[in-house]
Amino acid sequence: MTVLDQPSPATSVLARRGDVLLRARELGICLAIVIVFGLTTLKNSGFAGVLSVQQLLTGASLFALLAVGETMVIVTRNVDLSVGSVLGLSAYLVGDYFKHNPHAPIVMGFVIGIAIGALVGAINGAVTTLFRVPSLVVTLAALYIVRGFLAHVVNGRRIESDSIPEAFQKIGYKTVPGIDRLPWLAVLVIVVVAVVAYTMKSFRWARDVYAIGSNPDAAALAGLPVARRVFTAFVISGALAGLGGALFLAEFATVDASGGTGYELQVVSAVVVGGVAIFGGSGTVFGAALGALLLNMINQALGALGVSSFWTYAVAGALLLIAIAFDRWVGLRVALRQRTGAGGAHVV
Amino acid sequence: MTTPPDSAEADQPVPPAPVLVLERAVKSFGAVHALEDGSVTLYAGEAHALLGENGAGKSTLVKILAGVHQPESGRLLIDGEPVTFAGPAASRAAGVSIIYQEPTLFPDLTVAENIFVGRQPLRGGRRVDPADMSRRAREIFARLGVHIDPARPARGLSVADQQIVEIAKALSFNARVIVMDEPTAALTLVEVDRLFEVARTLCSQGAAVLFISHRLEEVFALCQRATIMRDGRFVRTDLVADLTIDDIIRSMVGRDLAALFPKSDTAPGEVLLKVDRLTREGVFTDVSFSVRRGEIVALAGLVGAGRSEVARAIFGIDRRDAGTVEVRGKALPGSSPRAAMAAGVALVPEDRRQQGLVMEMAIDHNVALASLDNLQEHGLIRRSKEQLLASDWATRLQLKYGRVQSPVSTLSGGNQQKVVLAKWLARGPQVLIIDEPTRGIDVGTKAEVHRLLDELVAQGVAVLMISSELPEVLGMADRVLVIREGRLVAEIARADADEDSIMRAATGQLAVTSA
Amino acid sequence: MSSDTAVAPSYEGTAVAPPAWRRLLRWETGLVFLLIAVLLYGQQSSANFFTTTNIFFIGLNMGEIAIMALPLTLIVIVGEIDLSVASMLGLSSTLMGYLYAHHWPIALCMLGVLVVGVAGGALNGWLVTGLGLPSIAVTIGTLALYRGLAEIVLKDQSVSWSTVKLTHIGTKPVSGTQLSWATLIFLLLAVVYGVVLHATPTGRSMYAIGLQSEAARFAGIRVKRIKFLLFVLSGLVCSFAGILWTLRFATSRFDAGTGLELNVVAIVLFGGVSIFGGRGSIVGVLLAVVIFGCLQTALTLQNVDAQVQNVVTGGLLLFSVIVPSAPDAFHRLRSRYMRRS
Repeated sequence: MTVLDQPSPATSVLARRGDVLLRARELGICLAIVIVFGLTTLKNSGFAGVLSVQQLLTGASLFALLAVGETMVIVTRNVDLSVGSVLGLSAYLVGDYFKHNPHAPIVMGFVIGIAIGALVGAINGAVTTLFRVPSLVVTLAALYIVRGFLAHVVNGRRIESDSIPEAFQKIGYKTVPGIDRLPWLAVLVIVVVAVVAYTMKSFRWARDVYAIGSNPDAAALAGLPVARRVFTAFVISGALAGLGGALFLAEFATVDASGGTGYELQVVSAVVVGGVAIFGGSGTVFGAALGALLLNMINQALGALGVSSFWTYAVAGALLLIAIAFDRWVGLRVALRQRTGAGGAHVV
Repeated sequence: MTTPPDSAEADQPVPPAPVLVLERAVKSFGAVHALEDGSVTLYAGEAHALLGENGAGKSTLVKILAGVHQPESGRLLIDGEPVTFAGPAASRAAGVSIIYQEPTLFPDLTVAENIFVGRQPLRGGRRVDPADMSRRAREIFARLGVHIDPARPARGLSVADQQIVEIAKALSFNARVIVMDEPTAALTLVEVDRLFEVARTLCSQGAAVLFISHRLEEVFALCQRATIMRDGRFVRTDLVADLTIDDIIRSMVGRDLAALFPKSDTAPGEVLLKVDRLTREGVFTDVSFSVRRGEIVALAGLVGAGRSEVARAIFGIDRRDAGTVEVRGKALPGSSPRAAMAAGVALVPEDRRQQGLVMEMAIDHNVALASLDNLQEHGLIRRSKEQLLASDWATRLQLKYGRVQSPVSTLSGGNQQKVVLAKWLARGPQVLIIDEPTRGIDVGTKAEVHRLLDELVAQGVAVLMISSELPEVLGMADRVLVIREGRLVAEIARADADEDSIMRAATGQLAVTSA
Repeated sequence: MSSDTAVAPSYEGTAVAPPAWRRLLRWETGLVFLLIAVLLYGQQSSANFFTTTNIFFIGLNMGEIAIMALPLTLIVIVGEIDLSVASMLGLSSTLMGYLYAHHWPIALCMLGVLVVGVAGGALNGWLVTGLGLPSIAVTIGTLALYRGLAEIVLKDQSVSWSTVKLTHIGTKPVSGTQLSWATLIFLLLAVVYGVVLHATPTGRSMYAIGLQSEAARFAGIRVKRIKFLLFVLSGLVCSFAGILWTLRFATSRFDAGTGLELNVVAIVLFGGVSIFGGRGSIVGVLLAVVIFGCLQTALTLQNVDAQVQNVVTGGLLLFSVIVPSAPDAFHRLRSRYMRRS
């Protein structure tokens, strides 16, 4: 029973627990990262080596970047399955641009990549909000349309590293002076995560995004521009996937029509593992990025332990299922406690 | 009998000009006259009760104030100036805020953000200023005299706290008129007290509060003035101090309805439905009663008291935590509507559009939906049988329809209810549980439904009826069970039942007899 | 989807009510016209289009997809989705190869695969109905999981079946006809599904669940059980499709059928089954299968790359969800425009 002037034990404990759970999620992932890293290093000391860590951060960077955009979309109760294809398209077209403009400034690579991604994201967002059809179907179609279009453009060719400016490639393999484990690529992604995380906290439109996912009807009643915000989320997700394409090219220095295939599964998984609610409304880009790091680390750890290098998908799928089942279980327990513990109180 | 508000001011100092005046507002939906004379006058610093039975037009009046409905005629004055509300935004801008029974907050956002969503206070660079937002929220809560942590998420707040957050939101809009639409229905006594203190604080700070409740003692506890409505019309406005409970109930009911309710006397037979210590934790507790063959037992009580939940648990829609249900002496397993149906129980649910009917399905498919197993031969549905069943029941219930193949959504409310009835009567039930049998249907169909119930009990069916309409309860029931806050608090025989006894039991003023 | 939106294509597959029929007919007659157009296009694209061999190959290419579309039709009608179909096919094919490589008799290989299919479907069903999770998230998860398990089982190896006689099923027509075995099985199954969906209490219940699941529950329909069984059925049928796939290509690889979920979902929605549940018919899905098959073959005959064909498939998928929603979107835009001016 809630007594308003004195926070009652029941409510405040629940409130605190809810709060703790949110923070515990990110702490929990950090802990998991440390444990996986520690255990793997015990078994194979090479895992903590310079090259290995560098590889780890580089590999996680791309997924973290895509996870940031995906988070914004999932927070609005939608999903973007096209990120892998958009990344592939952007990577190839940026490579193609450099092939034909060998002396172009490298920043053009990013501009083109982001523009391509934003365009696809805008189409996804427009179709979803204009026709009010499930984004699942729209982005599933986009996943294959973009990939098919890419195959048509590529036509079996491949961009080789000699057509990509050296300065551009350096982003992929050079490390920050003095910290030989930290590649520039990771720095760039960390900056993006920080900027977006700050944005999501600090601007009205970003808060609207959370409100929309939390209670779409109430959001419409409160006069929030629901369609415009969802559209924006898709554009940002696309733009970040496009940026990811440019970074993919920088990292691998070669690309064909298959770049980024299947990434969407790992990205969605990372986001959900990172504590973003699949029902929308809550979760942070920081958590999603950590989720990407954890996912990547588990995969590399399995490789380092000599288990197998073929576990990528299984790990992504299993972690996704465990994460949503866990979230649901916690939610049900809290709801049950509120019903029995707090009399007529309802879960919002 | 109409007392103009101004005439009763002699013994109390009242601000000279009313904040809000609604005069003779008229609103109809199709052929239904929801509001024929909606009038209310609100003064700053006063809590004003709006009273009336279900269907008296209270919620239509509220929706006009909220800007959701636009009246067809009549005037609305704010500070003496005539205004029209084109929509909810206009109403809000004029300083009117509505607190609904079940607030719709954003569970994932903090309390402070819920108050300021879309209008968060900003600092440099158009960034949201969380500190300022928190401070302002805390200020508002301080004004209201409550402590809710502005930084906690709204998820997990009790309904009472959610309402406080909505009130805080209203204050953040500088609302001067705050309408509370049955805010106490889902609250406990302690929570109601807190809400009242908040409401008194609001009044003392110069706001006008319009308070809607079925619990008369709350009106006496909170309000200075009361307006009573009946059948969509203004009846009277008086100072609460000048009113007695009897006055209010007489003004609310005040009509002779015997003709509408053709209940004939029947001699009840053996017990068909026996409910023993039925409990669903946090919803209802230790509910025990029985219903005999040829008997209508009404389950009365306030909205939210747990009546429909008892019905759902009996039928197996909701899990039951303890207790037993027996039909014709045989125990019914929990959580299985199919088992209940096989035992001869039927449930006509409360929410016709969500629970009673598949709105986009054809009439005949809806009628057949609960009887599909009886309509099949070798596993296949016999279409001819199905259509025969539908047209047969359509004739018996005098259903007005175009074709049995049209979607049920094309029918009027009364005819939709007949389809629900047909669906269940087609199974020839022994025990019929019927939740709000005549909600939202026209008077003519109401009488038909009541006649039908009478016929059914004459044929030996046991009927458990849940109704929020007192005349219906009084007119139809052989016995009245009253539920308050999840407990059975009274059992009243037909001879002893009147508005007064039921209302008193339902609001907890005086338990007549213990069940 | 709110019940008061008056959208095409049909309000209910089994209905014979004239307005419903007209709406239903409109979508399905549309498909018939489209089929004629596709056939004409096919004839234009190659003289070989109407040869019996080609018809055989259309059936061969579409067999597994078409078979998997049938249970998915029912799942979408009850308002859920299963994106793991192609991964289940891949897992089945892989597992069959793995068991075969470990010297299991063929019959046991198949049986084992079907058991795993049932288990995989049951996992989907349990997560959706038991835990109450959204099927979108669950089956994205199992889409990755089942493919991942396949990858773990066979890694990058492949198992060849070329010495096994039974692979004739995958490459030769049923004797005396020009139909592939898969086509024949699909047609038989389609009849069964059509009867179940359109003429039995269970089928009727599925429409009720998809349109208004709460009302279905209040009518005594066991909503969760039906949904659960449909996911199990989907797993079983997809693992069976995996067996057919293995026999057709005479090889087992973990990436068998990657991306086929697009085709399966596209066929179901293109067949007029509403993504919001409660509407659709087996006839529509049947027509969609034929159209997709002909279109795919016509494109192949014109040497269009398989990846590029996905553009067409994806486009048709978008088309199928946009067209029914277009009138509503148009109204919304118009009223917004009028409010502004």
